[in-house]
Amino acid sequence: MSDLPKSLADNPRLDRWLRFDAGRVQVSVGKVEIGQGISTALAQIAAEELDVSLARLAWRAGDTALAPDEGSTSSSLSIEIGGASLRLVCAEARALFLAEAARLLNAAPEELDVEDGAILRDGSQTGHDYWTLAPRVDLARDATGLAPVKPRSAHRIVGTSTPRRDLPQKLAGSGFVHDMVLPGMLHARVLRQPRPAATLAGVNEAAIARHGARLVRSGDFAAILAPTAAILAEAVQAARPRWDNCDTPDAAMAEAGWLASQPADIRTRGNEGTAPAGRSHTATYSRPYISHASLGPSCAIAHEHDGILEVWSHVQGVYPFRANAAGTLQRNPETIIVHHAHGPGCYGHNGADDAALDAAIIATLVPGTPVRVLWSRADEFAHAPAGTAMQTSLRAVLDEAGYPIDITATITSGVHVNRAPGRLLASRTLPNAQPLPPPAESSDPYPGAGTRNIVPYYDIPAVRYVHHLVAGTPIRTSALRGLGAVVNVFALESFLDELADLAGHDPVAYRLHMLSDPRARRLVERAATISNWASRGPAGTGIGLGLAFARYKNRSGYACVVAQVEVDREIRLRHIWCTADSGLAINPDGVRAQLEGGIIQAASMALKEQLRIDSTGTATRSWADYPILRFSEIPPIDIELMDEPDEPSLGMGECTMGPTAAAIANATAHALGLRLRDMPLTRERVMAVARG
Amino acid sequence: MTTLTINGTARTSASPSSTKLLDVLRDEFRLTGTRFGCGEEQCGACLVLVDGVPVQSCGREIGALAGRAVTTVEGLQAHPIIAALLAEQAGQCGYCLSGMVVAAAALLARNTSPTRGEIATALDAQLCRCGAHPRILRAVERAAVERAAVERAAGELRP
Repeated sequence: MSDLPKSLADNPRLDRWLRFDAGRVQVSVGKVEIGQGISTALAQIAAEELDVSLARLAWRAGDTALAPDEGSTSSSLSIEIGGASLRLVCAEARALFLAEAARLLNAAPEELDVEDGAILRDGSQTGHDYWTLAPRVDLARDATGLAPVKPRSAHRIVGTSTPRRDLPQKLAGSGFVHDMVLPGMLHARVLRQPRPAATLAGVNEAAIARHGARLVRSGDFAAILAPTAAILAEAVQAARPRWDNCDTPDAAMAEAGWLASQPADIRTRGNEGTAPAGRSHTATYSRPYISHASLGPSCAIAHEHDGILEVWSHVQGVYPFRANAAGTLQRNPETIIVHHAHGPGCYGHNGADDAALDAAIIATLVPGTPVRVLWSRADEFAHAPAGTAMQTSLRAVLDEAGYPIDITATITSGVHVNRAPGRLLASRTLPNAQPLPPPAESSDPYPGAGTRNIVPYYDIPAVRYVHHLVAGTPIRTSALRGLGAVVNVFALESFLDELADLAGHDPVAYRLHMLSDPRARRLVERAATISNWASRGPAGTGIGLGLAFARYKNRSGYACVVAQVEVDREIRLRHIWCTADSGLAINPDGVRAQLEGGIIQAASMALKEQLRIDSTGTATRSWADYPILRFSEIPPIDIELMDEPDEPSLGMGECTMGPTAAAIANATAHALGLRLRDMPLTRERVMAVARG
Repeated sequence: MTTLTINGTARTSASPSSTKLLDVLRDEFRLTGTRFGCGEEQCGACLVLVDGVPVQSCGREIGALAGRAVTTVEGLQAHPIIAALLAEQAGQCGYCLSGMVVAAAALLARNTSPTRGEIATALDAQLCRCGAHPRILRAVERAAVERAAVERAAGELRP
C-alpha cells in the first residue's frame, strides 16, 4: 500500500472518490481549481480510465464533508500525485465493474469492454452499464492500486486539448465565491491590525451605527457587519480604529539586503568540507518582497448553524484550513465544514485563508447569520502574505577550462511556507491567542522551499549551501509560485552566463558541456534553434538575447526560456521563446497556458514588482503603487511543448518562473554588456549600472 | 430611486444615489458578471458600457446615471468576443474576463478590424494577473474576423 501515490494512500476508499448515480459519475477530488485548469485535466484522466464521456462527470473538488483530503493544491503536484491517484481509482473501479459484468454474463473479463459507461461484449451491448451494476459493485473498499491503467496507445481523451470546463460559466457572469449570496447574508470586514502586535485602543462605534452597521468584537479582533457592501464601505470609512503597540518599520526593510543584517537560523547542507583553492567567481543576486496580487481581493462566506460552522472559500486546501480554523477557534474540526469555491488566481498562499478565517470568526460571533467577507484592494496588498525577499550568493571554483568544479551557495530568506496553525492574521488578535514558535522550514534540497533548485541540474562535482532562515521579516511571507526556486534559478542561471563570459564560452555551449540529461539537452538545443541563437551578436549593442534553463525541483517540469530585450534606460521585451518537457501532457493546451502565464508573471516580477514599506507597514496599497505587466508590454511568446508521452506527467505550473527571470537578466546583460543582479530590473537600476 | 436601462431593460434602483454602479449591479440586481477588483478605477475588472462608452463601474454613482443605458457582460453574451475567448481558451482564473469582454466590445464597435497594437492599446488599462494576455489578444482578433463575416453574410442577404 505504501507504493500508492500520497493522495490515494491517504484516502484509499474508492467510494470517497467515485459514485455512480443516475447516468452520472460523481467524482470527488481534493485538488481544486485555482485557474490552472486542473479540474479539466483531472476530468480527462477520470473519463479516460473509466471509459465515459466527459459530459457524464459531475465534479466536486475541495470539500471537507464530501471529498478526499489531498492537502493543499500546491507545488505543481496536482497531476503528479492527484492525477496519479485518480487514475488508479478509476482503473480499479472499471475493473470491478467489468468483473461483476463478467460474472453476470458468464464471460471472461477480457471479452468485455466499456463504452461511455455501457458494458460491451465483442462490441455489442450487453444491457449492463455502470449504473445498472452499481448496486452490485461495492466501492466501499480500499484501493489496491493493482488494476492496470490504460497504455498510452489507448488514450483518447488524455493527451487532447480539451476545453476548460469552468470557463463558460465564468464568462457568463458567475462562478466565483464572490458571486454567492446566502439568504439573510451580511457583509463584513475585519478592522485590520496595522502591525502584528497592535492592540485595539478604540473604535468609533457610534459612527458605525449611524451608517446602519454594527461592530462585533473579541479581544483585538473587531469586525463591522452591514446589510450591503455599500453600507459596509461607508461604515468602515467611519470606524476610525485607534491602535496601540505598533512598531515602526522603515523603507530600507523592503530590500532583500536588509535580511542579511538579521538574526537567522543557519543550516548547512550538501558536500562536506570547504571549497578547494583555485580561481573563483562570486556574485550575489536578490529579489524583494512580491505580492501575489490576485486580481480579485480575497473573499469568503461563513455560516454558523446547527452546531456546524460552514465556510465557502477559495483556499488552496480545505482540510489544512479546517485544521487551522479549528485550532484558532478551539473547536472540534468535525464541527467545521469547508467547501472550496472558485476565486481569482492565487499563485500560492495569498489572502484567501485569512479572509476565510475572518469570515469564520465573525460567523461564530453572530450565530445563525451567514457572513460574507471581501477584502479591500489595500488590505490584499498590505496584509496578504507576500513572497519573501531573498538573496542568493554564489561562489564557484573553476577548473582550467573555466567550468565550475565546486559551488558554494548562501541563501538568506524569510520563510516560503507559512501555513501552520496560528499564523493566519486574525488568529493573533483573539483573546486566547498563543505565542507562536518561530516559523519552520526544511532546508533539504527536495522539495525544498527557500532551498528549492539551489542544487544545479548540471554536472558539477561538489555543491554545498548555507541556508540563513530569517524569522523576523517586516512583512508576513508565505508560498508564492515557485518559492525559492525563482530566486535560486535566477541566480544560478545568471551566474552560469557570467562564468561562460569569464571563460570566453558561448552560454549555450557552456551549459550543454555540463548537462547530461538528454531531455534537458534537447530543450536547450531546440530553444537555441527557434530563437536563432546562432546569430546572437556581440554584447553591448542595446539588444540582447539571453537563455536560461531549469527543471523545477530538479524532478518536475523542464523549461528553457530565451528572451530578447531592447534596453534604452528601460528594458523592453521584444520576444520570448520557450521549450518545455512535461512528460505525458494530459492537456497540451492547458500546459501551454500554464507555461505562458508563468512566463508573463515572472517577467512582470523580474521587471517591475516590489512591495514597499514605510513606518506604517506595507506602503503598497493599490495597483498605482504596484504596476504589473500590461498588454502593450507583452512580447510575442513562442512555446514549443516537447512532451514525452511515454514518460510520467510532470507538474508544469511553476517551471517557467525562474528560467524567465534569468533569461531576461541574461538578455539584459547581453544588451548592456553589464550585469544587473537584483530584481526588479528597473530603469533606475539600469541607469545605476550604466553609470558604473 | 434611479431609473436607467440595463442590458436593454428599464430598471429602477432603490439604492441611495451615491451608491456605486458596481454595487447596484452586483448587490441589487444580482448581475455578478461585473467584478469587484479594486474599487479605485485601476484594474478594469468592473468595466461596463454606459451609452456605449466603457467606464469602470466602481467609480460611477448610480444617481448620475438616470436615463442612461448600461451594458454589462451579461448583455454581451451574444457578442462574438464570448465565443472567441472560449475558442482561444483565453482565460486562466477568469476573473478579469468580464472586463475584457466589455473592453473588446467597445473597441470593435468603433474599429471593426483593429491591429494587434490597437487591441493592446484598447485593453491596456485592463489588468490580468494570470498572463492570459496573448490569448486574449488573439481572441479579440478572432472576434473581429467573426463579426466581419457575420456582417458580410447579412449584407449579402439584403435585397
